[in-house]
Amino acid sequence: MTNVNTYEPVIGLEVHAELLTRSKMFCACPVVDSTRAQPNTAVCPICAGMPGTLPVVNRQAVAYAIKVGLALGCRINPTSIFERKNYFYPDLPKGYQISQYQHPLAESGSLQILTCAGARRVRINRVHMEEDAGKLVHLQDDGGAAYSLVDLNRAGLPLLEIVTEPDLHSLEEMKAYAAELRAVLRVLGVNSGDMEKGVIRFEANISIRPAGSAVLGKRVEIKNLNSFRTMERAVAHEIERQTHLLQTGGIVEQETRSFDEATGETRVMRSKEDAHDYRYFPEPDLPPLVVGEDWVAEVRETLPELPSARIMRLVEQYGLDLPQAQQLAESYPVADFFEQTCSMTAMPGRTLANWITDSYFAWMNERGRLFAEGRTTPQMLAGLMDAVRTGRVNRATAQSVLFRMLDSGVDAEELIRSQGLEQVSDHDEIVAVIRAVIGEHTTEYERYRVGKVELAHWFFGQVMKRTGGKANPAMVRELLQQELEK
Amino acid sequence: MRDLCLLSVGEMLGGMAAGEFTSQDLTQACLARMAALEPQIHAFLFIDADGAVNAARAADARRAAWRMGDDSLPPLLGLPIAVKDVLMVQGMPCTCGSKILEGFIAPYTATPVQRLLDAGVVIVGKTNTDEFAMGSSTENSAYGPTRNPWNTAHVPGGSSGGSAAAVAARMVPAALGTDTGGSVRQPASFCGVSGIKPSYGRVSRYGLVAYGSSLDSVGVLARSAEDAALVFQHMAGQDAMDATSSDLQVPSYTASLPQNLSGLRIGVPKEYFIDGMQPAVEQRVREAIAQMEALGAQVAEISLPYTSYAVPVYYLIAPAEASANLARFDGIRYGPRETGENLLDVYHHTRGGCFGSEVKRRIMLGTYALSAGYYDAYYGQAQKVRTLMKRDYDKAFEIVDVIAAPVAPTTALRFGQHTDDPLAMYLEDVFTLPANLAGVPGLAFPVGFDTAGLPVGMQLMAKPFNEALLFQTARVFQAQTDWHRRMPEQGG
Repeated sequence: MTNVNTYEPVIGLEVHAELLTRSKMFCACPVVDSTRAQPNTAVCPICAGMPGTLPVVNRQAVAYAIKVGLALGCRINPTSIFERKNYFYPDLPKGYQISQYQHPLAESGSLQILTCAGARRVRINRVHMEEDAGKLVHLQDDGGAAYSLVDLNRAGLPLLEIVTEPDLHSLEEMKAYAAELRAVLRVLGVNSGDMEKGVIRFEANISIRPAGSAVLGKRVEIKNLNSFRTMERAVAHEIERQTHLLQTGGIVEQETRSFDEATGETRVMRSKEDAHDYRYFPEPDLPPLVVGEDWVAEVRETLPELPSARIMRLVEQYGLDLPQAQQLAESYPVADFFEQTCSMTAMPGRTLANWITDSYFAWMNERGRLFAEGRTTPQMLAGLMDAVRTGRVNRATAQSVLFRMLDSGVDAEELIRSQGLEQVSDHDEIVAVIRAVIGEHTTEYERYRVGKVELAHWFFGQVMKRTGGKANPAMVRELLQQELEK
Repeated sequence: MRDLCLLSVGEMLGGMAAGEFTSQDLTQACLARMAALEPQIHAFLFIDADGAVNAARAADARRAAWRMGDDSLPPLLGLPIAVKDVLMVQGMPCTCGSKILEGFIAPYTATPVQRLLDAGVVIVGKTNTDEFAMGSSTENSAYGPTRNPWNTAHVPGGSSGGSAAAVAARMVPAALGTDTGGSVRQPASFCGVSGIKPSYGRVSRYGLVAYGSSLDSVGVLARSAEDAALVFQHMAGQDAMDATSSDLQVPSYTASLPQNLSGLRIGVPKEYFIDGMQPAVEQRVREAIAQMEALGAQVAEISLPYTSYAVPVYYLIAPAEASANLARFDGIRYGPRETGENLLDVYHHTRGGCFGSEVKRRIMLGTYALSAGYYDAYYGQAQKVRTLMKRDYDKAFEIVDVIAAPVAPTTALRFGQHTDDPLAMYLEDVFTLPANLAGVPGLAFPVGFDTAGLPVGMQLMAKPFNEALLFQTARVFQAQTDWHRRMPEQGG
């Protein structure tokens, strides 16, 4: 076994996120789901790179990019420059990608992550805008000969590249950063976060160094990591590979590697000598992108509360525990629903949160529905919560009321009344039922009397059953005890 | 019957409006003249005879259906023109004079062309060009050179040589050209016609197959400044499809003319009269300047000290941009695809086999100039010098209104004169490159002939977006002279 602890990984991530604009980065073509649309149906001469065509910047994409830059605490550069990144590949119709290089839109930010070790900030080097490439589909003909088809639906989609400093020192930190960034992009409404559709893609730069050293080792870049799981496996393997190399007297080469899902290993794509010279130069077809203070201020106005801030606030304001707050904040509509409901009921936040994450989510699972498909308003849920809190219905009944409310949109009060679900808290009524039950089960009663005390639970069940679940459980428990002991 | 082909644009439009002849008559006359002269001249890469006649017929029908009180008819209705083969016209081939675009049919129409179509023109065909507009003679066309109508042993200039020759030979009254380093003005000068190279950003580049994107412009070649202005009027203006097009208002280019040039300050840059230039060129240009002075202009010698850097600066910036612009021609989507063992082979064979030597030379130059470790010394430095050249012009235009200079150091070269010496060929562009680098407009027009009977041209340059002053000055000059009325015997 090698001793991994003597080395420390240094990881930097480049995250490519598609922007959820209506049209592409430089033309009017609609943005379509390229995993589902018919190939080459959202293509025009511009995104097909036809000779003579020119790009025009999509202002919505710039606004989204500013939004992300601000959310990450970046400086928004008043002037940024699009450049051409030159390389040949059949999925790149112009033979160059319009990107930003020396003068990106946003620079010098950070993102707070939460790990077991607590909260810390990961520095963001830059956020820049570029266009996506098309997609190649590799096939074989009947004779077994390989051929490739090009789908340009994705070509020209607006893409954001978000680059960290080499600030991540463990797989846990890397995962936390990736998940947090995804959450931020979703909350900003600029990216769906649907990893399986490839709307967020990663490239990782990894080096290792003796723990505690300040010097960076030779860096290896792993390209085309399209899911959290793949990224984790690839980086884990790469750390292990580099560690083993160093421990056995080998040398880590600066190179670009790819990850093979099947073998779980990284493989060399390009050595340093074969590295592309992209020959960047300013895109002459686009004037410098000028973003005035007014525009930045306007976008700043639209910034929502960020996930990490919201989680902390949910904890502090409502007394939730951290996992609860994280669960709610994972989807802002859920957290919004929680907060609105909370403002209308005296039910403690922690209890209400459980009602949502347990019962509401159980309904979603059971019915195969989305959160938004539940027909309950915060006001309706607050009504039910008050009924529970004041003892008008018991917990078990309330759960079934909630399900019916979510199905029907009928409010709790009406469901309780029309179906006679009100909790029975009448002393005499409950005692009468208890006596009847005991009277009908003399054998069990005798066995209880001679020491089989666990039969109390059985009697409790019988009483609840007899009242259709409506009896106040606490009262039943207390009165049953008295009756059995008589 | 008079030869309709010899009329000016104004006369053609007037004649059609007056019902003296139809667009069909005119278009047929042009097509007949093209058929007669093309074997000697080869100005066209594609002639759309049927399409042109149909368009002319449609124009005539529209005119016939017009009634008093209707919206006015399109201003250029029925006027036949030609379009340089680097501009997209939907449904027509667009080869850019290159094998690599053989068989490519334009899927859309360039903005300046579309604006002219909206103004009513009839497009008769696509004119020859040096491959991807890289050249000064049309000798770099993959489809054979165009010949100068004044003397077919000479080149027509380039790269818009097809357009210049077609206009000079009176095949069409006007033709679109493009000018990246002199490609409208130099062939206009060699062929004795008038040609406008607009300010950068005055005319949309959408649909112009890019060569040097920060230098490219779309202009017009015609027999006179007035004819050019009549057509240019309808091309200029901002275009949402071109982010580098200017939102400045387009003034009238054909407004009423002053009687003379009094009050006009003309600067004559001493750097444009160099050792080794053909004496006849200097003489004719100085005579023309003297004539302008006689018409009331104040003439002063000025200096544009950075002029001598134009050739090295241009031949770094234009090839650098071209190296990226031409990357899309990789055999995957357009033209012929050569076979190969692997993808890289396909690229190499297709590009190696289908680009001509001048294009390959410039792609290599540009690729080198942008390479890691060389960028600052070449491309970066060239951009800095370009800024200084712009300042030269800014300063000059503080003291003069227009700059008058020769277009080229010589009259039309013989075929093959510089084909083995690319550098000598590049130096032919020394007087035209600065306007592109500075983004200022230039207008070339004929001012006489050399001893061999070849036309000599002069150019006027003005502040960015002051094309109106160029048209006005040249029109006053042409009202007093008849150089622009001379035509080659070929077409006589």
